[in-house]
Amino acid sequence: MLEHQEFIASPSFNVGDRVTVKSGHPESHCRTPVYLRGKRGTIVEVVGRYHNPSLLALHKPGLPKLWLYRVRFQQSDVWEDYDGSSRDTVIADIYEHWLSSDEEHLNVSP
Amino acid sequence: MSHPKHHDHDHDHDHDHDHDHKPIESQQEPAGEERFLEQALRELLDEKGVVTAAQIAQQIDIQDSRTPALGAKVVAKAWVNPSFKQDLLAAPLETINKTFGLTINTPLELVVLENTPDVHNMVVCTLCSCYPRMLLGIPPAWYKSTDYRSRVVIEPRAVLKEFGAHISDETEIRVSDSTADVRYLVLPLRPQGTDMFTEAQLEALVTRDTMIGTAVPKLMES
Repeated sequence: MLEHQEFIASPSFNVGDRVTVKSGHPESHCRTPVYLRGKRGTIVEVVGRYHNPSLLALHKPGLPKLWLYRVRFQQSDVWEDYDGSSRDTVIADIYEHWLSSDEEHLNVSP
Repeated sequence: MSHPKHHDHDHDHDHDHDHDHKPIESQQEPAGEERFLEQALRELLDEKGVVTAAQIAQQIDIQDSRTPALGAKVVAKAWVNPSFKQDLLAAPLETINKTFGLTINTPLELVVLENTPDVHNMVVCTLCSCYPRMLLGIPPAWYKSTDYRSRVVIEPRAVLKEFGAHISDETEIRVSDSTADVRYLVLPLRPQGTDMFTEAQLEALVTRDTMIGTAVPKLMES
Protein backbone atom coordinates (compact mmCIF):
# COMPACT_ATOMS: atom_id res chain seq x y z
CA MET A 1 0.00 0.00 0.00
CA LEU A 2 1.29 3.35 -1.03
CA GLU A 3 0.10 4.99 2.20
CA HIS A 4 2.47 2.88 4.24
CA GLN A 5 5.52 3.43 2.14
CA GLU A 6 7.84 5.93 3.65
CA PHE A 7 8.42 7.72 0.35
CA ILE A 8 8.13 7.41 -3.39
CA ALA A 9 11.50 6.16 -4.54
CA SER A 10 12.69 8.64 -7.12
CA PRO A 11 11.67 12.16 -8.14
CA SER A 12 9.67 12.50 -11.36
CA PHE A 13 11.29 15.81 -12.30
CA ASN A 14 14.85 16.99 -12.70
CA VAL A 15 16.50 20.38 -12.54
CA GLY A 16 15.73 22.29 -15.73
CA ASP A 17 12.41 20.53 -16.44
CA ARG A 18 9.50 22.74 -17.46
CA VAL A 19 6.43 22.11 -15.31
CA THR A 20 2.88 23.41 -14.92
CA VAL A 21 1.36 23.85 -11.47
CA LYS A 22 -1.98 22.05 -11.29
CA SER A 23 -5.19 23.87 -10.52
CA GLY A 24 -7.96 23.11 -8.06
CA HIS A 25 -8.95 24.08 -4.55
CA PRO A 26 -8.71 20.99 -2.35
CA GLU A 27 -10.03 21.37 1.17
CA SER A 28 -6.80 20.62 2.95
CA HIS A 29 -3.77 22.23 4.52
CA CYS A 30 -2.42 22.94 1.10
CA ARG A 31 0.93 24.70 0.63
CA THR A 32 0.58 25.60 -3.06
CA PRO A 33 -0.12 29.34 -3.38
CA VAL A 34 -3.21 30.18 -5.42
CA TYR A 35 -1.35 32.79 -7.48
CA LEU A 36 0.88 30.07 -8.96
CA ARG A 37 -1.81 27.52 -9.80
CA GLY A 38 -1.97 26.95 -13.55
CA LYS A 39 1.36 28.77 -14.07
CA ARG A 40 4.35 27.34 -15.90
CA GLY A 41 7.84 27.34 -14.41
CA THR A 42 11.18 25.57 -14.29
CA ILE A 43 12.55 23.20 -11.64
CA VAL A 44 15.64 24.79 -10.08
CA GLU A 45 16.23 22.33 -7.22
CA VAL A 46 15.04 18.94 -6.04
CA VAL A 47 14.99 19.70 -2.30
CA GLY A 48 14.21 16.28 -0.86
CA ARG A 49 11.36 14.20 0.53
CA TYR A 50 9.00 15.64 3.10
CA HIS A 51 5.89 14.60 5.00
CA ASN A 52 2.63 15.48 3.26
CA PRO A 53 1.39 18.66 5.02
CA SER A 54 -2.26 17.98 4.13
CA LEU A 55 -2.08 14.67 6.03
CA LEU A 56 0.00 16.06 8.91
CA ALA A 57 -2.73 18.64 9.46
CA LEU A 58 -5.17 15.77 10.02
CA HIS A 59 -2.82 14.20 12.62
CA LYS A 60 -1.87 11.45 10.18
CA PRO A 61 1.75 10.34 9.70
CA GLY A 62 1.99 12.24 6.42
CA LEU A 63 3.19 9.25 4.40
CA PRO A 64 4.21 8.57 1.75
CA LYS A 65 6.67 11.44 1.91
CA LEU A 66 6.49 13.73 -1.09
CA TRP A 67 9.24 15.03 -3.30
CA LEU A 68 9.60 18.77 -2.89
CA TYR A 69 10.94 21.06 -5.60
CA ARG A 70 11.97 24.69 -5.85
CA VAL A 71 10.24 25.98 -8.96
CA ARG A 72 11.14 29.28 -10.63
CA PHE A 73 8.59 31.38 -12.52
CA GLN A 74 9.13 34.47 -14.63
CA GLN A 75 7.12 37.26 -13.00
CA SER A 76 5.80 38.23 -16.43
CA ASP A 77 4.30 34.70 -16.73
CA VAL A 78 2.66 35.00 -13.30
CA TRP A 79 1.18 38.50 -13.62
CA GLU A 80 -0.10 39.74 -16.97
CA ASP A 81 0.57 43.37 -16.08
CA TYR A 82 3.78 42.84 -14.08
CA ASP A 83 5.45 46.20 -13.64
CA GLY A 84 9.16 45.48 -13.37
CA SER A 85 12.08 44.02 -15.23
CA SER A 86 11.44 41.08 -17.55
CA ARG A 87 14.29 39.38 -15.68
CA ASP A 88 12.37 39.29 -12.38
CA THR A 89 11.41 35.89 -11.00
CA VAL A 90 9.62 34.23 -8.11
CA ILE A 91 10.58 30.86 -6.65
CA ALA A 92 8.23 28.70 -4.60
CA ASP A 93 8.52 25.31 -2.93
CA ILE A 94 6.01 22.92 -4.50
CA TYR A 95 5.26 19.24 -3.81
CA GLU A 96 5.37 16.79 -6.67
CA HIS A 97 1.66 15.90 -6.85
CA TRP A 98 0.95 19.56 -7.70
CA LEU A 99 3.23 19.51 -10.75
CA SER A 100 2.74 18.22 -14.27
CA SER A 101 5.08 18.19 -17.24
CA ASP A 102 2.05 18.79 -19.44
CA GLU A 103 1.42 22.24 -20.84
CA GLU A 104 -2.31 21.63 -20.41
CA HIS A 105 -3.87 22.73 -17.15
CA LEU A 106 -4.70 19.76 -14.98
CA ASN A 107 -6.56 19.60 -11.71
CA VAL A 108 -4.78 18.27 -8.66
CA SER A 109 -6.00 14.85 -7.44
CA PRO A 110 -8.09 15.19 -4.32
CA MET B 1 17.56 63.07 48.06
CA SER B 2 16.12 59.62 47.65
CA HIS B 3 15.01 58.19 44.32
CA PRO B 4 12.17 60.41 43.24
CA LYS B 5 11.11 58.14 40.39
CA HIS B 6 10.48 55.16 42.63
CA HIS B 7 7.03 54.57 43.99
CA ASP B 8 6.91 54.92 47.74
CA HIS B 9 3.59 53.21 48.22
CA ASP B 10 2.56 49.57 48.26
CA HIS B 11 0.90 48.30 45.15
CA ASP B 12 -2.41 46.61 45.52
CA HIS B 13 -2.33 44.25 42.58
CA ASP B 14 -5.76 43.22 41.53
CA HIS B 15 -5.62 39.52 40.75
CA ASP B 16 -8.77 37.62 39.99
CA HIS B 17 -7.25 34.16 40.22
CA ASP B 18 -5.61 32.36 43.06
CA HIS B 19 -2.53 30.70 41.60
CA ASP B 20 0.91 32.17 41.21
CA HIS B 21 2.06 33.49 37.87
CA LYS B 22 4.65 31.35 36.24
CA PRO B 23 7.74 33.35 35.36
CA ILE B 24 7.15 33.06 31.61
CA GLU B 25 3.76 34.71 31.86
CA SER B 26 3.96 38.38 31.16
CA GLN B 27 1.79 40.41 33.50
CA GLN B 28 1.99 43.46 31.25
CA GLU B 29 -0.11 42.34 28.31
CA PRO B 30 -3.88 42.45 28.39
CA ALA B 31 -5.35 38.99 28.65
CA GLY B 32 -7.04 38.39 25.28
CA GLU B 33 -8.87 35.27 24.28
CA GLU B 34 -5.75 33.79 22.65
CA ARG B 35 -3.81 34.22 25.86
CA PHE B 36 -6.33 32.22 27.87
CA LEU B 37 -6.30 29.57 25.17
CA GLU B 38 -2.49 29.45 25.18
CA GLN B 39 -2.40 29.21 28.98
CA ALA B 40 -5.05 26.47 29.09
CA LEU B 41 -3.25 24.45 26.41
CA ARG B 42 0.14 24.87 28.04
CA GLU B 43 -1.14 23.85 31.47
CA LEU B 44 -2.92 20.83 30.01
CA LEU B 45 0.22 19.70 28.20
CA ASP B 46 2.10 20.01 31.47
CA GLU B 47 -0.55 18.20 33.55
CA LYS B 48 -0.86 15.37 31.01
CA GLY B 49 2.91 14.96 30.99
CA VAL B 50 3.28 15.76 27.26
CA VAL B 51 5.86 18.48 27.87
CA THR B 52 7.10 19.89 31.14
CA ALA B 53 7.12 23.57 32.07
CA ALA B 54 10.92 23.29 32.13
CA GLN B 55 10.99 22.06 28.52
CA ILE B 56 8.76 24.94 27.43
CA ALA B 57 10.97 27.43 29.27
CA GLN B 58 14.06 25.89 27.65
CA GLN B 59 12.56 26.24 24.16
CA ILE B 60 11.67 29.89 24.85
CA ASP B 61 15.23 30.42 26.02
CA ILE B 62 16.64 28.87 22.82
CA GLN B 63 14.27 30.94 20.68
CA ASP B 64 15.29 34.12 22.51
CA SER B 65 18.97 33.35 21.88
CA ARG B 66 18.38 33.37 18.12
CA THR B 67 18.55 36.96 16.96
CA PRO B 68 19.68 38.69 13.76
CA ALA B 69 23.10 39.04 15.44
CA LEU B 70 23.63 35.34 14.78
CA GLY B 71 22.74 35.74 11.10
CA ALA B 72 25.10 38.74 10.90
CA LYS B 73 28.00 36.61 12.18
CA VAL B 74 27.26 34.04 9.47
CA VAL B 75 27.14 36.68 6.72
CA ALA B 76 30.30 38.51 7.85
CA LYS B 77 32.24 35.25 7.98
CA ALA B 78 31.03 34.35 4.49
CA TRP B 79 32.31 37.74 3.28
CA VAL B 80 35.82 37.26 4.65
CA ASN B 81 36.27 33.51 4.32
CA PRO B 82 35.71 32.00 0.85
CA SER B 83 35.94 28.38 1.97
CA PHE B 84 33.37 29.01 4.72
CA LYS B 85 31.11 30.61 2.13
CA GLN B 86 31.44 27.62 -0.15
CA ASP B 87 30.54 25.22 2.68
CA LEU B 88 27.71 27.51 3.81
CA LEU B 89 26.09 27.50 0.38
CA ALA B 90 26.51 23.73 0.03
CA ALA B 91 25.38 22.65 3.53
CA PRO B 92 24.10 25.67 5.47
CA LEU B 93 22.99 24.31 8.87
CA GLU B 94 25.77 21.75 9.15
CA THR B 95 28.35 24.44 8.42
CA ILE B 96 26.80 26.97 10.82
CA ASN B 97 26.58 24.41 13.65
CA LYS B 98 30.17 23.28 13.13
CA THR B 99 31.65 26.77 12.80
CA PHE B 100 29.76 28.50 15.60
CA GLY B 101 29.50 25.56 18.02
CA LEU B 102 25.69 25.48 17.78
CA THR B 103 23.24 22.59 17.80
CA ILE B 104 20.48 23.92 15.56
CA ASN B 105 18.33 20.87 14.98
CA THR B 106 15.34 21.06 12.65
CA PRO B 107 13.68 18.92 9.98
CA LEU B 108 13.46 22.08 7.85
CA GLU B 109 15.87 22.79 5.04
CA LEU B 110 17.86 26.04 5.18
CA VAL B 111 18.85 27.52 1.83
CA VAL B 112 21.26 30.45 1.62
CA LEU B 113 20.49 32.77 -1.29
CA GLU B 114 23.58 34.60 -2.43
CA ASN B 115 23.07 38.08 -3.85
CA THR B 116 25.25 38.99 -6.81
CA PRO B 117 25.45 42.11 -8.97
CA ASP B 118 22.98 40.30 -11.29
CA VAL B 119 20.52 38.90 -8.73
CA HIS B 120 18.89 40.45 -5.67
CA ASN B 121 17.01 37.96 -3.47
CA MET B 122 14.01 38.69 -1.26
CA VAL B 123 12.18 36.32 1.08
CA VAL B 124 8.49 36.04 1.94
CA CYS B 125 5.93 33.50 3.05
CA THR B 126 2.74 34.35 1.19
CA LEU B 127 0.77 31.62 2.99
CA CYS B 128 1.62 32.43 6.62
CA SER B 129 4.84 33.64 8.24
CA CYS B 130 7.55 31.02 7.64
CA TYR B 131 10.89 32.63 8.51
CA PRO B 132 14.41 31.37 9.27
CA ARG B 133 13.72 31.53 13.02
CA MET B 134 16.54 29.07 13.71
CA LEU B 135 18.94 31.84 12.69
CA LEU B 136 17.15 35.19 12.95
CA GLY B 137 14.67 34.57 15.78
CA ILE B 138 11.19 36.09 15.77
CA PRO B 139 10.12 37.76 12.50
CA PRO B 140 9.25 41.48 12.49
CA ALA B 141 5.53 42.33 12.52
CA TRP B 142 5.58 43.68 8.95
CA TYR B 143 6.91 40.35 7.65
CA LYS B 144 3.66 38.75 8.82
CA SER B 145 1.40 41.51 7.47
CA THR B 146 -0.97 40.77 4.58
CA ASP B 147 0.38 43.86 2.88
CA TYR B 148 3.99 42.67 2.68
CA ARG B 149 3.03 39.05 1.99
CA SER B 150 0.86 39.90 -0.99
CA ARG B 151 2.68 42.88 -2.42
CA VAL B 152 6.22 41.50 -2.42
CA VAL B 153 5.32 38.84 -5.00
CA ILE B 154 3.18 41.22 -7.08
CA GLU B 155 5.34 44.35 -7.06
CA PRO B 156 8.69 43.62 -5.38
CA ARG B 157 10.33 46.72 -6.84
CA ALA B 158 7.70 49.03 -5.34
CA VAL B 159 8.14 47.32 -1.97
CA LEU B 160 11.93 47.70 -2.16
CA LYS B 161 11.53 51.38 -2.96
CA GLU B 162 9.35 51.87 0.12
CA PHE B 163 12.04 50.19 2.21
CA GLY B 164 14.52 52.67 0.72
CA ALA B 165 16.52 50.05 -1.16
CA HIS B 166 17.60 50.89 -4.70
CA ILE B 167 18.16 47.97 -7.04
CA SER B 168 19.07 48.52 -10.68
CA ASP B 169 16.60 47.54 -13.40
CA GLU B 170 19.45 45.47 -14.84
CA THR B 171 19.40 43.29 -11.72
CA GLU B 172 16.94 40.38 -11.48
CA ILE B 173 14.71 40.59 -8.41
CA ARG B 174 14.22 37.01 -7.28
CA VAL B 175 11.54 36.52 -4.62
CA SER B 176 11.59 33.22 -2.75
CA ASP B 177 8.21 32.23 -1.32
CA SER B 178 8.77 29.87 1.66
CA THR B 179 5.65 27.83 1.06
CA ALA B 180 6.81 24.49 2.45
CA ASP B 181 9.79 22.96 4.25
CA VAL B 182 12.50 25.36 3.09
CA ARG B 183 13.62 28.44 5.03
CA TYR B 184 15.70 31.12 3.34
CA LEU B 185 18.53 33.38 4.44
CA VAL B 186 19.74 36.08 2.06
CA LEU B 187 23.51 36.45 1.86
CA PRO B 188 23.73 40.15 0.91
CA LEU B 189 26.44 41.73 -1.22
CA ARG B 190 29.41 43.05 0.72
CA PRO B 191 29.41 46.84 0.37
CA GLN B 192 32.22 48.49 -1.55
CA GLY B 193 34.80 50.32 0.51
CA THR B 194 34.94 47.68 3.26
CA ASP B 195 38.19 45.98 2.22
CA MET B 196 39.94 47.05 5.41
CA PHE B 197 37.04 46.15 7.72
CA THR B 198 37.45 43.45 10.35
CA GLU B 199 34.90 40.66 10.61
CA ALA B 200 33.38 42.37 13.66
CA GLN B 201 33.07 45.69 11.80
CA LEU B 202 31.38 43.90 8.91
CA GLU B 203 28.90 42.22 11.27
CA ALA B 204 27.67 45.64 12.31
CA LEU B 205 26.61 46.36 8.71
CA VAL B 206 24.46 43.24 8.46
CA THR B 207 20.97 44.11 9.68
CA ARG B 208 17.95 41.83 9.87
CA ASP B 209 16.37 43.39 6.78
CA THR B 210 19.48 42.81 4.67
CA MET B 211 19.07 39.08 5.38
CA ILE B 212 15.37 39.19 4.35
CA GLY B 213 16.31 41.14 1.22
CA THR B 214 14.30 44.30 1.90
CA ALA B 215 17.51 46.28 2.46
CA VAL B 216 21.10 46.28 1.28
CA PRO B 217 24.04 46.72 3.68
CA LYS B 218 25.35 50.26 3.76
CA LEU B 219 28.32 51.98 5.27
CA MET B 220 27.32 54.09 8.23
CA GLU B 221 27.20 57.74 7.31
CA SER B 222 29.93 59.62 9.09
